[in-house]
Amino acid sequence: MLLDLVNEFGKAFFETFWMMSIAVLFAVLVGVPLGIALFVTREGMFFENRFVQQVAGTIVNIIRSIPFIILLVVLIPFTKLILGTSMGPTAASVSLTVAAIPFYARLVEASLREIDRGVIEAAESCGASPWLIMKDVLLPEAKPGMIAGLTVTIISLLSYSAMAGIVGGGGIGDLAIRFGYYRFQNDVMLITVIILIILVQLIQFIGDRLAKAASKK
Amino acid sequence: MIRLEGITKQYKNTTAVHDISLTIGKGEIFGIIGYSGAGKSTLVRCLNLLERPTKGKIFVGGEEITALSDRDIRKKRQEIGMIFQHFHLISAKTVFDNVAFSLKAAGIPKEERNARVPELLEMVGLADKAKAYPAQLSGGQKQRVAIARALANNPKVLLCDEATSALDPTTTDAILQLLKEINRTLGITIVLITHEMEVVQKICDRVAVMEAGKIVELGTVYDVFSGPEHPLTKEFVQSVHSFSLPERLLESRKGTIAKITFKGDSAESPIISETLAKFSITINILHGQITYINDKPLGTLIIEAIGSRQEIEAAIRFIAARTKQLEVLADVA
Ligand SMILES: Nc1ncnc2c1ncn2[C@@H]1O[C@H](COP(=O)(O)OP(=O)(O)OP(=O)(O)O)[C@@H](O)[C@H]1O
Ligand SMILES: [Mg+2]
Repeated sequence: MLLDLVNEFGKAFFETFWMMSIAVLFAVLVGVPLGIALFVTREGMFFENRFVQQVAGTIVNIIRSIPFIILLVVLIPFTKLILGTSMGPTAASVSLTVAAIPFYARLVEASLREIDRGVIEAAESCGASPWLIMKDVLLPEAKPGMIAGLTVTIISLLSYSAMAGIVGGGGIGDLAIRFGYYRFQNDVMLITVIILIILVQLIQFIGDRLAKAASKK
Repeated sequence: MIRLEGITKQYKNTTAVHDISLTIGKGEIFGIIGYSGAGKSTLVRCLNLLERPTKGKIFVGGEEITALSDRDIRKKRQEIGMIFQHFHLISAKTVFDNVAFSLKAAGIPKEERNARVPELLEMVGLADKAKAYPAQLSGGQKQRVAIARALANNPKVLLCDEATSALDPTTTDAILQLLKEINRTLGITIVLITHEMEVVQKICDRVAVMEAGKIVELGTVYDVFSGPEHPLTKEFVQSVHSFSLPERLLESRKGTIAKITFKGDSAESPIISETLAKFSITINILHGQITYINDKPLGTLIIEAIGSRQEIEAAIRFIAARTKQLEVLADVA
């Protein structure tokens, strides 16, 4: 019985870890370029583009305004299309990824907006190309903010992942609901919550440390 | 070196720069002074097209930059360095990398960059700070890094937008000294914006006074200081040369009080003693000062002439003729 529970925890951990890893990977791979695109197409920036701003901005906003639980259900056909199944942790990671990308992209954009306009102008006055400015000014200057943003994203995803049970995704949150809520095993619920609290603290701590190390201010 | 033809910059509802035409010579240190909002920054930012003028043409080194494509403008900017009031260094990069950035922008290969950056840091006196981050430097040091960055690609022109406004007086002097040295040794044309007349006095050759997007007065710094015409110019000149005598002093005088400005040669000739020898009056000196602008003396003297009415008038005519600048402040006699 106890061994069963330990096994269940182990499995749940792995599922959560798996879902989140995929979502975080794509959040970075797609969210960072998207965040930069949102920033450099702003008014007065070197790739100023109203159309991109409006379209990308609107899509990002729409996805961000859909509650995750609904996104999970709405995306079932899409998940089926790309994975052939709509069940399991990998399937759940599709929705998590879709939620994570615009979330992180906005945070990346926000940290880019924190950069003093004058620093970008000074780089322009050196005759630097937009690409060099992105690589050597925007990314290094926004790095601490982007790390802090990723920390927030990971923590939010952790909380979203609790809903993955709906599509059979499993994970820690699902475990808490199955055992704690449906089987009235309050101790399981409690342990899960404590584990989640510790996990969030840990992620935040590491995130803060990394952001601080990246900041030279 | 730089020629502006009818430059106008219009923002939605403000005309920041209004139809300015101007020529700045090679190797000159040209000052632009004006109060906040006069359009100084806008004007100087047009010179490297950080701001595109709404109307007009700009030539730098004989080339019309307002006609260049974006790519060519980037190339041209390597000939036009710029420094700013708040330095604008890349905070996440070391001093070395900040300077190297400029070379990178010009496509200089790594080995050459590694050789050139220490030279530049040496020139601005920061050879030992290569590995420091901007946050670890003082304001003056940050501005030196910015200068090294701006000079990295051997520009012909250096634009300075309030480059000393965030610095204390001693540091300001040191930075101005460095700019002057750069101007002399490298022959770089400097366009310098400021709202402090001391800065103009210390290093500029010529100065333009700006108000509401227009140049209201332009001339050599010496001429502007010795004979300001526009009220705004007078105000700026007075900010460094103020000769206001206390009210009480003026009232309690029995003679005629006059302010004499000595320019160039007249500053060096003994006008007062000649006057005393020629006319039977006595002269009381109330206030006096000689400043040197571009190594030319500019003197101001406030005197009180006591004697008979006739003699005083004759003496004053004599001095006025010799100095061309005499203003009677109070005529008590
Ligand atoms: N991007 C902008 N959009 C709209 N108006 C602007 C913009 N930049 C400047 N202005 C306006 O143009 C005018 C001139 O501004 P500018 O910055 O050139 O003045 P300045 O002489 O440099 O002043 P300061 O000494 O405060 O730097 C001001 O009225 C300002 O409000
Ligand atoms: Mg300004």
